[in-house]
Formats: sequence, C-alpha cells, structure tokens
Amino acid sequence: MFQAFYALLKRDLLLAFRHRGELANPLLFFLMIVTLYPLGVSPETEMLRKIAPGVIWIAALLAALFSLENLFRSDFEDGALEQMLLSAQPLSLLALAKVLAHWLVSGVPMLLLAPVLGLLLSMPEKAILALELTLGLGTPLLSLVGAIGVALTVGLRRGGVLLTLLVMPLYIPVLIFATNAVTAAAAGMPIAGQIYFLASLLMLALTLAPVAIAAALRISVS
Amino acid sequence: MWQFLHKLASPKYFYDISGKLIPWLGGLCLISLLAGLYLGLVKAPPDYQQGESYRIMFVHVPAAWMSMFIYMLMAVWSAINLVWNIKLADVMASSSAAIGASFTFLALVTGSLWGKPMWGAWWVWDARLTSELILLFLYLGYIALVSAIEDRRTAARAGGVLILVGVVNIPIIHYSVEWWNTLHQGATVTKIGKPSIHLSMLIPLLIMAVSFKLYYLAVVLMRARIEVLDRERRGAWVREMFGESSGR
Repeated sequence: MFQAFYALLKRDLLLAFRHRGELANPLLFFLMIVTLYPLGVSPETEMLRKIAPGVIWIAALLAALFSLENLFRSDFEDGALEQMLLSAQPLSLLALAKVLAHWLVSGVPMLLLAPVLGLLLSMPEKAILALELTLGLGTPLLSLVGAIGVALTVGLRRGGVLLTLLVMPLYIPVLIFATNAVTAAAAGMPIAGQIYFLASLLMLALTLAPVAIAAALRISVS
Repeated sequence: MWQFLHKLASPKYFYDISGKLIPWLGGLCLISLLAGLYLGLVKAPPDYQQGESYRIMFVHVPAAWMSMFIYMLMAVWSAINLVWNIKLADVMASSSAAIGASFTFLALVTGSLWGKPMWGAWWVWDARLTSELILLFLYLGYIALVSAIEDRRTAARAGGVLILVGVVNIPIIHYSVEWWNTLHQGATVTKIGKPSIHLSMLIPLLIMAVSFKLYYLAVVLMRARIEVLDRERRGAWVREMFGESSGR
C-alpha cells in the first residue's frame, strides 16, 4: 500500500521536474500579484505594512488555485486516472500522494519565496516568521481542500472559473486565521491560538479530504 | 413505513402524490402568510428601541432560517442519494438549490434594508452577514457545478459531494467569521425558557416561519415534478400520460 503511495509520489515529482518551465509559473503569478498592490494602492511603508498579511495570503490562495487546476488533468487525458481508479490500492491514498506531490512542487517554493515578499512589503521580522508558520500549515490545507474541487471539475472543458467559485468559500477560514495570526504577530501579541486552529484544520482536512477527493474522482471519471 | 417510503421513491407515485399535495400546501402557505403578515405588520406593537422599522424582521428572520434549513436538507438528500442511490433524493436536492439561494438573497437584502436605519450603513462586515454571504456563494457554486455537468445523474452526485463538503465547512466558516468580527445582535428566539422577544412579536414570527416552510415545500415539489418528468421523459408512464406523440 505504501509502495503504491511512494511510487505515485515519485512519478508525479519526476513529471513535475521534467516540465521545469511550468514549475515556475505559479511562483511568478504569486510574485506578480504581490507586486501589483504597492503599484495599485500606495507605496507608503506604513500602508504596505498594514495590508501585507492579507496581500500575501490572498496571492497565495490564488496561486494555489491556479496551480491546482491541472492536478488531475493530464492523468485524466491519458487514462492514468482510470487505471488508478481500477487499481487495488485505496484511491484516497493515491489521491493523497498526488496532492502531496503537488504541494511539494508548488507549496514549498511559495514558502521559500514568501519571506522575500514580506521584505518587499516591509513587514517586521516577527510577522515574517508568523507568515512562514501560517503558510507552512495553510498551503497543504489549500492543496487538500482545492483538490476536492479539482476532482469534481476534472471532466469539464472550462473548469477553471468554476473551480474558483467552488473552492473560494471553503478557503475563507484559512485566510481569516492565517492573516489574523500574522497581524497579531506584527503587533507583538501571542499567536498560539490561531496556529493551533490552523493545525487542527489541517488534521481535519488530512483525514477527510482524501475520502472526498476519491468519491469526487469516482463520480467525475465514471 | 418502509414500504411507503419505497413506493414514494418511485417517480410515478411521487408525481401523483405530490400533484395532490401541492394545492394543499400552497393554500395553507397563503393562509399562514396572510395571518403572519397581519399579526406582524398591524397587530404587533412597535419596538421600544427600533420603532416600526423592526417589522422587516418578520421576513428577514424566517428567510435566514430557511437559508440554513434548506442547505441542511440538501445535505441530507445528497447523503441519501450517495449512500442508497435513490434518484428521487437527488431530484429534491437539485430542485432545492435555487430556492435556498433565493431565500439567502432575500435574507441579505432585507438585512441590508434593516441595517440602513439601525446601523447607518447598507452593509457592514459583520460576522453573521458575512457568513450569510458565504452561504450564498456556496449555493451559487453548487448551482454552477450542477449546471456545468451535462449528465443529470453525474451532476447530482458531484453536487452531492460538494454539498457534504460544504456542510462540514459551514460550522468552521461560521465560527471563524464570528471570531473574526461581530456586531450583529445575538439570537433572541432560541433562548428556551425565557426568550428575550415578546410573545406578541414571537407568534407572528413563528407563523411566518411556518408559512415560509410551506412555501418551500410547495415550490420544491413543483420543481421536483418537472425534473422527474424531464428525466423520465422516455419512461412508459410519462408517454402514456401525454400521449405517445409528445414523447421523443
């Protein structure tokens, strides 16, 4: 069972690294959205510091959605997804492997880029630390929840906009807790409560989302 | 009991019995609506703080209740459909979505109209308003997904998964939003024992709530009947009912 998990994880990572150009796209998207804010709102340091947590997190939400869109697409088109459905291994485990691979190639680079963006928006150091912590807990959550939406729309021609419509409302709690933690950290307040909440949401998603993804895949592909 | 339920799940029997029920439900809905409006708009005394403007509550509060109630019902039907594969359950779920979305919209609009004289603004980013808005998004997402998938059965099953995911999320969304910001007055009816709302206002409110429920039942049955006819248009009983020529 775990062999299948590792095999699929390795395959997806290999596939991702063979398309290095596509790998950078969500990151560029993330960077560009954040860049637009100082241009669109105001380059004043005070203002930027105030809106920074929200800006970076909203950009992360959009980048996560943008990169998720193709999670099952190529497997669906070349029939690999059907083989996964037919295989003797539990589909939820395979789905989890795919989501993990996706997070490793899209979520982790975002984690690495985020401190730089924090500096661009002149965030204080403490807030950057909190930002990393919330992104570390939050981005896998975004991948897991988003994957349910992707699985539901995989067979559809224009799933992109629909995916946004389905998944965005479900992302709201993550956004609230994460930005709240970063803002609190910037003000020098404790953030343990928000972090615990994000962690428990992540645990909930880790246990329930794979089941929902598997159910959704069975419906969309059949 | 089980036999009756099994019989009810057959499209033809459902079509017949709902056809008989709709006039009754509609009539009772009209009566209770008129009674509730009369008691609420004419009989109930003006509020000592909010004056006359509180009267929009008799529409606003039942609509908000309905918006959540219908979502929960849709979740129950979706679960029934996913577990026991009963076609009629998904017919009911997909027929409910538009009604639920309209009640949510109604609650938002009346809330906004009520908020203008009370809070001095059409919209405030208060916890309950925001979660109601998110509920509207959830409904619209469901409708968009169901209408994007061509095959009715697949659409209903996919929508069912989405609704169940949403139900797990609703409490999380609700409490996260509540924790994020709050301004709305607390619930005044659910305090059993000593409700903080006066009886002369509570009774019309409950009558209105019953009336909205009846309205929902009547309309959802009408919509479900049409949906059943459409899905079963190749079935023998539909052809028989409309004569052979109209069936394709």
